Amino acid sequence: MAGAGQPQKDGLRSLSLSGHVGFDTLPDQLVNKSIKQGFCFNILCIGETGSGKSTLINSLFNTSFDDSMSTHFHPNVRLKAQRYELHESNVRLKLTVVSTVGFGDQINKEDSYQPIVDYIDAQFEAYLQEELKIKRSIFNYHDTRIHVCLYIISPTGHSLKTLDLLTMKRLDSKVNIIPLIGKADSISKTELQQFKRKLISELVSSGIHIYQFPTDDEVVSQINTIMNGHLPFAVVGSTEVVKIGNKMVKARQYPWGVVQVENENHCDFVKLREMLICTNMEDLIEQTHTRHYELYRRCRLQEMGFRDTDHENKPVSLQEAYEAKRRKFYLELQRREEETRQKFVQRVKEKEAVLKEAEQRIQAKFEHLMLMHQEEKLKLEKKRKALEEEIALFNMKKANAELLQTQPMVSTPVSLKRDKDRKNSSFT
Amino acid sequence: MEPQERSMEAAAVPQELPPDHGVHELFGYVGIEAVLEQMKVKTMKMGFEFNIMVVGQSGLGKSTMVNTLFKSKVSRKASQPGQEERIPKTVQLQSVTHVIEEKGVKMKLTVTDTPGFGDQINNENCWDPIIKYINEQYERYLREEILITRKRKIPDSRVHGCVYFIPPTGHWLRPLDLEFMRRLSKIVNVVPVIAKADTLTLEEREEFKQRIQRDLKAHAISVYPQEDFDEDPDDRLLNDRIREKIPFAVVGADQEHQVNGKRVLGRKTKWGIIEVENPAHCEFPMLRDLLIRSHLQDLKDITHNVHYESYRVRRLNESNRPALSSNNGLPGRDEDGDESNL
Repeated sequence: MAGAGQPQKDGLRSLSLSGHVGFDTLPDQLVNKSIKQGFCFNILCIGETGSGKSTLINSLFNTSFDDSMSTHFHPNVRLKAQRYELHESNVRLKLTVVSTVGFGDQINKEDSYQPIVDYIDAQFEAYLQEELKIKRSIFNYHDTRIHVCLYIISPTGHSLKTLDLLTMKRLDSKVNIIPLIGKADSISKTELQQFKRKLISELVSSGIHIYQFPTDDEVVSQINTIMNGHLPFAVVGSTEVVKIGNKMVKARQYPWGVVQVENENHCDFVKLREMLICTNMEDLIEQTHTRHYELYRRCRLQEMGFRDTDHENKPVSLQEAYEAKRRKFYLELQRREEETRQKFVQRVKEKEAVLKEAEQRIQAKFEHLMLMHQEEKLKLEKKRKALEEEIALFNMKKANAELLQTQPMVSTPVSLKRDKDRKNSSFT
Repeated sequence: MEPQERSMEAAAVPQELPPDHGVHELFGYVGIEAVLEQMKVKTMKMGFEFNIMVVGQSGLGKSTMVNTLFKSKVSRKASQPGQEERIPKTVQLQSVTHVIEEKGVKMKLTVTDTPGFGDQINNENCWDPIIKYINEQYERYLREEILITRKRKIPDSRVHGCVYFIPPTGHWLRPLDLEFMRRLSKIVNVVPVIAKADTLTLEEREEFKQRIQRDLKAHAISVYPQEDFDEDPDDRLLNDRIREKIPFAVVGADQEHQVNGKRVLGRKTKWGIIEVENPAHCEFPMLRDLLIRSHLQDLKDITHNVHYESYRVRRLNESNRPALSSNNGLPGRDEDGDESNL
């Protein structure tokens, strides 16, 4: 009966404002909300043991995270994740640094990339599970998805190692990869140019998509384009400070000179920090969410059997598939319940049978005993009767004998006496 | 993609986070705060969407109010000569969308009007079309959200705020007002205002407000800003001050007059000019500040995080229990076939 709202598309015409309304504070409102919530940023650092991962992270964030040097003798690749909270002016950054432990150390490196892929997938899966829940709390969910992967290439000066190629190929559709050349102070400038060109051409020819800094926004497009040309960044990390002139700078001191970390002529560290943190952090987070996560979600949901359109190309709601799954699940649950119940009933029956048998045995024994008891009793009765009869007989005989004695002693006293004696002797 | 072993109905596992090492001191400037700037730039490029609904009987000045709020001719007024708009027999909802820009910030504003609300003799269930509309917007968003291939930015047509106009009787809230606000405050942010407040003196306004606040509390109607969603003590302080003044007594005007040599928006009467933007005359500036300057993002956030989520929970649980008693005036099952109860 009532008409539902039909948005009249006036072609979305623009209105001109005749005064100050005030919604230009909207971005500030949004920013204030984010400040209160804090930001989450998760970095994955992949590189061989001793390639400079921990030092690089320490230098990037100007702080010293707890890290001891790891050995080369790990049997397989593990991932070590640690959370930190950094404060700068009023921004709270919840930083999670995940580094590989034992990457490239094994003799057989076939499975090296698998733990990394699994870890990234596990973070996506956790987010997906939270999103699919019915009662969810996604706005205060601590986002653990990896936003950027810093891949540290060893400064051999030749080309990419096969392990690097394989790993990056597996990861490029799951995470934003920024390739870096670690410990770049071991390569000279000319070698570095050649190396970079070789690396880029190898990456391109293998079809590996590394992260390109976005060039669509006028504010940052120019600088981003320049930076895109400098990939991979050749970085040097250091947490030690050396006095140069009258300033203390982060540097590495060699007998032949000092490599300053923050000097653009010496290495690309400043470029990396600029690009990673100052200019593109938000874009990295967004790309992770809108591209990599959506791809993962799509594949996963299709795997689970959901479809957007069924075979007749009619839109199928996720809810129906949900419903079907739920039904299946409940049926399964019921079946298992039945099964368990049957088993239980069976067990009870068995136990009952055993007990019954025992009861019967005991009953039989009892009856047997009763029988024996009766028999004994009867026997004893008989004996008693016999004895009583004997006593009666004896008494009678005694009485007879006394009677005969009181009678005059006649004819056969001897025989009587002899009888008496016989009688008496039979009693001895 | 490796097939994961976990089934979708896995029990809720508390999130396992890596070990927390706490707050670390920075030895020097890193540049983390530049992320704020990046965020601002990004949002300005994307633009904002804001959907507002105005509800009230005809003649309370809804369209004028919207025009005054956004300082432009957003709605066409029903009282203008030449508009042959009779009171519709049932509540019709009309949405008008405009794009406005200020200092580089683009906003897509949608205003939904509800002519016919409360105008009939028998006003039973006149809130049903409104509730249906609001739920339809949630449904649209939900459908987009659960698609497998979803859009980069889901178009948001959900109602972020509903301004309810209370007629300035000066007595109490009428049963219609109470019923409506009770039902709607559960699914959308309701901001009640006293319309045409220039008919009340300041003392009458105060008393009216007190009575309304008592009524709202007695019926457990939580209007925006809701007490349960205050995040921290600062918020609570700010919102408490706002809550003391709810509902705002507003006057709308879109004509300018001369006062003391300045041109101000106001209503000219024989006994004086009521300045709309003067806090001593009416509380329009407070309403504008609340809706636009300080709490616009908050309105959107509460709509997304609270109202939309509760709609989603209800909707996704629906098919489980076929005999669901009608609650909150929620309309019956969807008519289309593929949502049939299993």
